[in-house]
Amino acid sequence: MSVDTSLPVLSPKDFASDQEIRWCPRCGDYSILAQMKKVLPTLGIPKEKFVFVSGIGCSSRFPYYMDTYGMHSIHGRAPAVATGVKLANPDLQVWVITGDGDSLSIGGNHFMHVLRRNVDVKVILFNNQIYGLTKGQYSPTSPTGTKTKSTPFGSVDRPLNPLSVAIGARATFAARSVDVDIKHLCNVLERAANHKGTAFVEVYQDCNVFNSGAFAFASKKGEKEENVIYLEHGKPLIFGKDRDKGIRLNSHDQPEVVELGKGVTEDDLLFHDEKSEDMNLAFLLASMRYPEMPEPMGVFRCVEHPTYNEAVYDQVKSATERNGEGDLEALFNTGDTWTV
Amino acid sequence: MATTDVSGANGKISEQLDAVVIRFCGDSGDGMQLAGTQFTNVSAVFGNDVSTLPDFPAEIRAPAGTLGGVSGFQICFSSSDIYTPGDEVDTLVAMNPAALKTNVADLKRGGTLIVNEDAFEKSNLSKAGYESNPLDDEESLAAYQVQKVPMTSLTRDAVAELGLSPREAERCKNFFAMGLVYWLYQRDATPTEEWVKSKFAKKPELVEANLKALHAGYNFGITTEAMTVHYRVDPAELPPGKYRKVTGNEAIAFGFVTAATLAGKKLFYGGYPITPASDILHELSKLKNFNVVTFQAEDEIAAITSVVGASYAGDLAITASSGPGIALKGEGMGLGAIMELPMVIVDVQRGGPSTGLPTKTEQSDLYMCMFGRNGDCPLPLVAPASPADCFHMAQEAMRIAVEFMTPVMLLSDGYIANGAEPWQIPEMSSLKPIKVSHENRQKDGEQFMPYLRDEKKARPWVVPGTPGCEHRVGGLEKSDVTGNVDYSPQNHQYMTTLRANKIAGIADFIPEQEVEGPESGDLLVISWGGTYGAVRTAVKHSIKEGLSVAHAHLRYLNPFPKNLGDVIKNYKKVLIPELNTGQLRMIIRGTYLADAVGLNKVQGKPFLISEVKQKIREVIEDK
Ligand SMILES: Cc1ncc(C[n+]2csc(CCOP(=O)(O)OP(=O)(O)O)c2C)c(N)n1
Ligand code: SF4
Repeated sequence: MSVDTSLPVLSPKDFASDQEIRWCPRCGDYSILAQMKKVLPTLGIPKEKFVFVSGIGCSSRFPYYMDTYGMHSIHGRAPAVATGVKLANPDLQVWVITGDGDSLSIGGNHFMHVLRRNVDVKVILFNNQIYGLTKGQYSPTSPTGTKTKSTPFGSVDRPLNPLSVAIGARATFAARSVDVDIKHLCNVLERAANHKGTAFVEVYQDCNVFNSGAFAFASKKGEKEENVIYLEHGKPLIFGKDRDKGIRLNSHDQPEVVELGKGVTEDDLLFHDEKSEDMNLAFLLASMRYPEMPEPMGVFRCVEHPTYNEAVYDQVKSATERNGEGDLEALFNTGDTWTV
Repeated sequence: MATTDVSGANGKISEQLDAVVIRFCGDSGDGMQLAGTQFTNVSAVFGNDVSTLPDFPAEIRAPAGTLGGVSGFQICFSSSDIYTPGDEVDTLVAMNPAALKTNVADLKRGGTLIVNEDAFEKSNLSKAGYESNPLDDEESLAAYQVQKVPMTSLTRDAVAELGLSPREAERCKNFFAMGLVYWLYQRDATPTEEWVKSKFAKKPELVEANLKALHAGYNFGITTEAMTVHYRVDPAELPPGKYRKVTGNEAIAFGFVTAATLAGKKLFYGGYPITPASDILHELSKLKNFNVVTFQAEDEIAAITSVVGASYAGDLAITASSGPGIALKGEGMGLGAIMELPMVIVDVQRGGPSTGLPTKTEQSDLYMCMFGRNGDCPLPLVAPASPADCFHMAQEAMRIAVEFMTPVMLLSDGYIANGAEPWQIPEMSSLKPIKVSHENRQKDGEQFMPYLRDEKKARPWVVPGTPGCEHRVGGLEKSDVTGNVDYSPQNHQYMTTLRANKIAGIADFIPEQEVEGPESGDLLVISWGGTYGAVRTAVKHSIKEGLSVAHAHLRYLNPFPKNLGDVIKNYKKVLIPELNTGQLRMIIRGTYLADAVGLNKVQGKPFLISEVKQKIREVIEDK
């Protein structure tokens, strides 16, 4: 195998487009954009092979700000657009940028199907638990009781948990990170980029205009250590400023917080296995929600399955091997013909 | 014009006819579509011109024997060229009372009525709402030559020795009916026999049973004393060449595969099943070795947006649906329009609104296709005239899409989609190439301009992966040349006009409108889509009868051919027959200020030639 050494060395700057960024000052989207620009040059993929497809929402302006190929499509439909891009041209690395309203309200259908098909695209869901672009209505991830312009008395909907939905659709890669957790986010994005199949990443994103601080529990230094748990494959679930707490399964196989020492050792804890084919562990992790439990951050699930795009092309290939390359004349002359 | 001679087996009389219309009808489980299709094949192979009209119930399996479950297949075959499956039926095969009840009104006086006598028992009669057996009532059927044939029991006897279950044995009765009709019209059954052998290759007992039933039916015709005449329809004088039979949906699939092959491109089809468009997906799914990728999406929105994605990524991309599905695709089409990407959207129209008449034909989506997107969003619209014409118009649609960088709509309808006619297999050398050019210049330091335009006002098509041409597109209004987002009032006005002018400019590149009949006169009949055959025939007959009338059939609906306004001015009156309440009429009136009158039918059925003829006379004589 020869290694292509001719690839130009790229830097984050090479991925910045000349368009003025129009997000509100201090919007969490800036950080996600910055981390993306950091990660892409490390992947060894030529710049022209990236395509960013988004729906509609504040976050969906993202492709305009990247100097790659990109499409700002319509509300909720980016996964379907991306499926078309990837099927037409499997050489491309295709990213889907979407918001919680975009992907889980109007686009719930496409979101589910891109995951269950395992199309080789990377879906980054910017979850700010609010509709930003339309100026602050509650979203399908807003907690019950959220007061907004459309719910002055508090919302009565029960929220969706994006990771549970993703795992339910048998996502082969599912992860979570936080906008300001720079290193962690870079790492998760990089792992998503390298995953073969649909990679789903939920990013807690602060909409400081309409839903400021919704994820402070997971982003504030000094507090987050007590509220989140960083997942590492093969390692026990330990958290806390002093790494003195862990997660254990109780007698009903439900997760519970325990303190290490006092008779509880690391071996008693739940160990993370992102490669488990069985989805129970991933579901269980997704069910851990603040404030009852520390919320897991990192890769919940990462398994290898054939991708949809590969399967489609395998069929094209085997049909061609079986029937020979398509011949129009032969096609037209199949069945009963007659000559006048 | 019939000539008579005595010939054939048992000295029966053989009469020669020019054209015959046969309809097979029965319960949806009776295999009537199969009987009709096979009869069409043997007639086509024999050299007749053929035209067919299948008629399905909306329910896959309505309760057996009920009026709602009747399935029919009509075929006209002729020794001269024909354009429709015919107005009146010469021979009606009715497999049960419900089929008789729903179809007998279309049988011409003196026509042959062949019924499966066995099926006229109590429970079937009551399901069909007959109080007594119509076969016992000489009077009600007195106008027809009635042939009561116990098909079920004769079929059972014919296959008795094969040891099939009674149900399996009775299933073959459609082949018995076919055999009898093959005798009646002196058809050579060989193509059907071959078909049976290959279709049931893995079940030799079924091959034998069906062939036995077929031959039993044929022999019944020879021996029965009840049938004394049989008929001959000579081959038609079609232009010399090699032919096969195609349905409209097949021809659309062939047309797109041809366009992609000629362009040296991959064909991408994103679709969601819906009657009567599904067969396009089915046909293309078989053709993977032509470098065709088919994607059965989760819904119509995903279908059109996957097509947008595939087109952006460089494929020749198409989708097909019917009314309700096209309604869902509107937003995606608008995206394709503002991003100026090539793609073709096929609407196989059916009766609406909503789910409407899902298995019946109509032309009532014209407004939706012309206007059914938000914003000022004109798209080119083309409409094939007949099943075989779909092959050509699919290629035309793709050519326009690629040359002008725009979504294009192709309007078919249920009548064209399911109907069949002979198609002259084209010489490969006669196929017009489709040229695709992808921008790939790596300009040193110079920025790529995604909305720079050529002489047709088309912007460049770049395949992602091309170095140096990275660019972003999207649904927000953009400025010309750079493609940057720009909401300024002047820019929106400018871009709206530019996009409209680009579509209008296509008129310079499509054929001028032709007219059949005198170049000026009392009446111009304008039609579009699947009503072509009935209108064409009606105008021809009217001219023969001395009326001053001509016919303009439109295959390009947006933009209209450049000369259409001038053509209209050459006639005193304009008549526009449509299977809707007057959609083209409104557009023609709005565009040309022509005082057109309409003939409008919304019954889920195509026009009869006689209806159009009568209206032509009325309009002309009402001077
Ligand atoms: C068909 C359609 N319906 C509604 C809208 C209006 N709309 C635009 S963005 C949006 C919600 C965006 O919320 P989210 O996806 O959470 O993204 P955010 O703006 O918070 O990043 C809505 C309802 C639209 N553009 N298109
Ligand atoms: S409204 Fe919220 S999500 Fe949108 S740009 Fe402003 S801060 Fe960001």
